[in-house]
Amino acid sequence: MRLLGESTDMSTPTTEPTRATRRGRLSGVGRVLVAVYGVLALAATGRSLVQIVEKFDEAPLAYSLSALAAVVYVVATIALVRPGRTWYRIAWATIVFEFTGVVVIGALSVIRPDLFPHDTVWSGFGRGYLFIPLVLPLLGMWWLSRHRPAPAGAAGASDAAEDVA
Amino acid sequence: MIEWFAWTQVAVAVVAGLLCLVLGLAGRVPNDLVLGSLALVELLLVAQVVVALVAPAAGNPPTGSLLEFWVYLVSAVLLPPAAAFWALVDRGRWATVVCGVAALAVAVMVYRMFQIWTVQQA
Repeated sequence: MRLLGESTDMSTPTTEPTRATRRGRLSGVGRVLVAVYGVLALAATGRSLVQIVEKFDEAPLAYSLSALAAVVYVVATIALVRPGRTWYRIAWATIVFEFTGVVVIGALSVIRPDLFPHDTVWSGFGRGYLFIPLVLPLLGMWWLSRHRPAPAGAAGASDAAEDVA
Repeated sequence: MIEWFAWTQVAVAVVAGLLCLVLGLAGRVPNDLVLGSLALVELLLVAQVVVALVAPAAGNPPTGSLLEFWVYLVSAVLLPPAAAFWALVDRGRWATVVCGVAALAVAVMVYRMFQIWTVQQA
């Protein structure tokens, strides 16, 4: 994919972003990113479901956070897949939220473990999930920054997007 | 859960996952080997569903949360078909990598299931 980009760059430097937009954020390595997000969303949702059903009273704060995190992961997965500027913004918002969450809750759970006696997805910087919650938002932000959608107005028609770019 | 069977599943899923990752990164589109390895992982998971249904009645009850166990098992069962379906819809080298990620995720989930079943409060 990168090879293709370089070859077009030689003649018309502006075709690269258009190609990325037309093929969507689901092309290339992006698919793997979306797949990992999907698995994490599934894992977080399942786990928070179990926590809420079985022992919500024990740690309402931690388990509410787990549920919130799960919902955000699901939304982020959908936003990564959907085309268009709105979803692009939603993807940014959810991924930044995740990164903030994993850093803040991760730090708190290490400095003040008494605040988080029960594990959340983000405890210990996502230790329980192989640190995937910590690494994934960084990869997501990198991926998004390289796949900006076409300017507003051109978002509807792919042919129009080509002309504008 | 049956211990040796659980470890067999983890081993098969890890091998299948690594195989798909290597093939994918080498630029192969999903082929029979990729989908076959996923099918094997799925077959073992379906067998695991049967084992999990029968085991408690056969004097092998889970020590941990049965609900959590089933959430993991159902999620794991759904992963290989989802990855395979996606690989067939949109073939490409990254589809092969996605299959590998799914198989590795199954390996982790089976390991967690084994912990829930045998080690209370792991």
